[in-house]
Amino acid sequence: MSSTLIIDSLRKQISSCEAQLKDLRRQLAEAEQLRRQKQEKERLGETTVANDPLDHDMNYGIADAFRSEVYAALSPLAEENVMRRSWPLEKAEYKRYGRQLIMPEIGLQGQLRLKNASVLIVGVGGLGCPAAAYLAGAGVGKIGIIDGDVVEESNLHRQILHSTSRVGMSKVESAMVFLSSLNPNVQLTPHPSRLTPETAIPTMKDYDLVLDCTDTPASRYLISDTCILLSKPLVSASALRIDGQLVVLNNPPLPPGDPKGGPCYRCVFPKPPPPESVVSCGDGGILGPVVGVMGVLQALEALKVLTRTPEPPSLTIFSAHANPMFRTIRLRSRKPKCAACSSSATVTAEALTSGSLDYVQFCGAVNPVEALRPSERISAENYAKVRMGVNPFTGSENRREGHVLVDVRERVQFGICKLEGSVNVPFSEVARTPVTTTAAEVAQMPNRLDGDGDDRKEANAKESWVDELRRNPDKPIFVVCRLGNDSQVTVQKMKQLGLDNGGKRWIGDIKGGLRAWRESVDLEFPDY
Amino acid sequence: MSETKDGDTIPITVEFTGGLEMLFSNQRKHELKLPAKDESEEPANIAFLVRYLCENVMKDPRKDLFVLDDSVRPGILVLINDADWELEGEDMYEIQRRDNILFVSTLHGG
Repeated sequence: MSSTLIIDSLRKQISSCEAQLKDLRRQLAEAEQLRRQKQEKERLGETTVANDPLDHDMNYGIADAFRSEVYAALSPLAEENVMRRSWPLEKAEYKRYGRQLIMPEIGLQGQLRLKNASVLIVGVGGLGCPAAAYLAGAGVGKIGIIDGDVVEESNLHRQILHSTSRVGMSKVESAMVFLSSLNPNVQLTPHPSRLTPETAIPTMKDYDLVLDCTDTPASRYLISDTCILLSKPLVSASALRIDGQLVVLNNPPLPPGDPKGGPCYRCVFPKPPPPESVVSCGDGGILGPVVGVMGVLQALEALKVLTRTPEPPSLTIFSAHANPMFRTIRLRSRKPKCAACSSSATVTAEALTSGSLDYVQFCGAVNPVEALRPSERISAENYAKVRMGVNPFTGSENRREGHVLVDVRERVQFGICKLEGSVNVPFSEVARTPVTTTAAEVAQMPNRLDGDGDDRKEANAKESWVDELRRNPDKPIFVVCRLGNDSQVTVQKMKQLGLDNGGKRWIGDIKGGLRAWRESVDLEFPDY
Repeated sequence: MSETKDGDTIPITVEFTGGLEMLFSNQRKHELKLPAKDESEEPANIAFLVRYLCENVMKDPRKDLFVLDDSVRPGILVLINDADWELEGEDMYEIQRRDNILFVSTLHGG
């Protein structure tokens, strides 16, 4: 039904475009004809006579409507004069930008500044999509977009430039399709690859302003350092779950060593966070409008940077469930010993282009967990066989009740889909559980001495899952999670807690987690 | 921990955001009565508050997600009454009654 509608609508659009094209061809032919006439007249040296005897009659003697007609018929020269008048903006631009043009905050001068400006948007994901749309809409003259990813289905709830039909296309290409149709006046430059230390300077040097719409600490340091080296202001934002943060850096973009310049990312965050504390949108989740709000605010700050004088540095934090939702915090100025923007800076253009600055190493990476021995792991296929009947470890008959399957994904994910018969012990609870959990040991922990009732309740809650698993000391425990990392850590923790009865009970994890289960056992198991 | 009578405490608001609240019982806002003096009878400052939070408020054993080398770990901004703590003397800032101390973990998603 809906596809028929789409086909009809496309047919209508095509015939309407064809009609438009025909009309444009007619107008072009007329304009060319007009130009030929004018050139002909010029060649004949025709000039206006100063004392035209027609003047009096034309000005005072006839109806205005008729006068217009006579002018039009007699005098292509008058039209030429009008056409020669050059306006600072194109005719269509007055109309297109009229609603912001009439504001004192923009005005003609502001619009011209936008038209002459060039902005680089690094990353066209949740932040970059709305930011690019609003900047293109506002008439920023040149917009560069850089991204090395392709559009995925899981992007679409928040990355508003991309569409269902463009899944698999490069994000840069998909963004170009949207933006050029939104505003054909904007000159778009695609950079369909990831920003690297070697390419950062040549990529960024021709732009007036940079928007950091990326999603890793490494890229944030790289972009900030490059902005300092090239003296470009930087609008940086980030978002996760229901929170967002926004900061304008290096504004004003004064040379390194000038304390009056705006602080850079390294001034605010001299050291990168420990990699295990960094949570991505894929792992932590993200609400579309939350990252959308932050991207829109980046576009807003970009317009302010391009049309106004800099304000003192501040950090805006957004939290969807807080009241008020926005808070603005006064930030420090440039750090006197900053590695990037002080007079003693160690980040140099040579270091960057030679590749001697390794941002990925600087920020560290979380290696895939390899915590268990092969005998402590079982493949998804073999676990499926355990559920069917035979236990490959003991050779004995098995049923679902013959073992315990512990799913350590967080409660919400467990609620989305689960293997039948699995019990949920969220990994956050596992991680919170101290290895010393006997009542006597808990009482001896110095931190708990002056704890209130809540503390004890909490301690009890932590123990309850351990107690629950102690209740059936003979049943082997299989641990599963989303991808097969948390499950390994959990197996280790369970053994530290003595749940394996000194090795008498088998505890192990399902290799590759529920992803492996879906890929090799049950294709219908939801992929989220 | 020193004995705390009501007169010896400072009422303050401590807030956590950017995911840090997960380490503090999933509660963003905590109204606290902080002992007015630290272990060595000096006026309570931010460094003491951080130790106090670790020992008394944080129930999660993963202390390294909040402190590293006796200071707030990299990637956490400390804001005193809506200003960067670097503007106020960092962890030496002496805490005043009804101060609002906000711990913000930086986000990286986008």
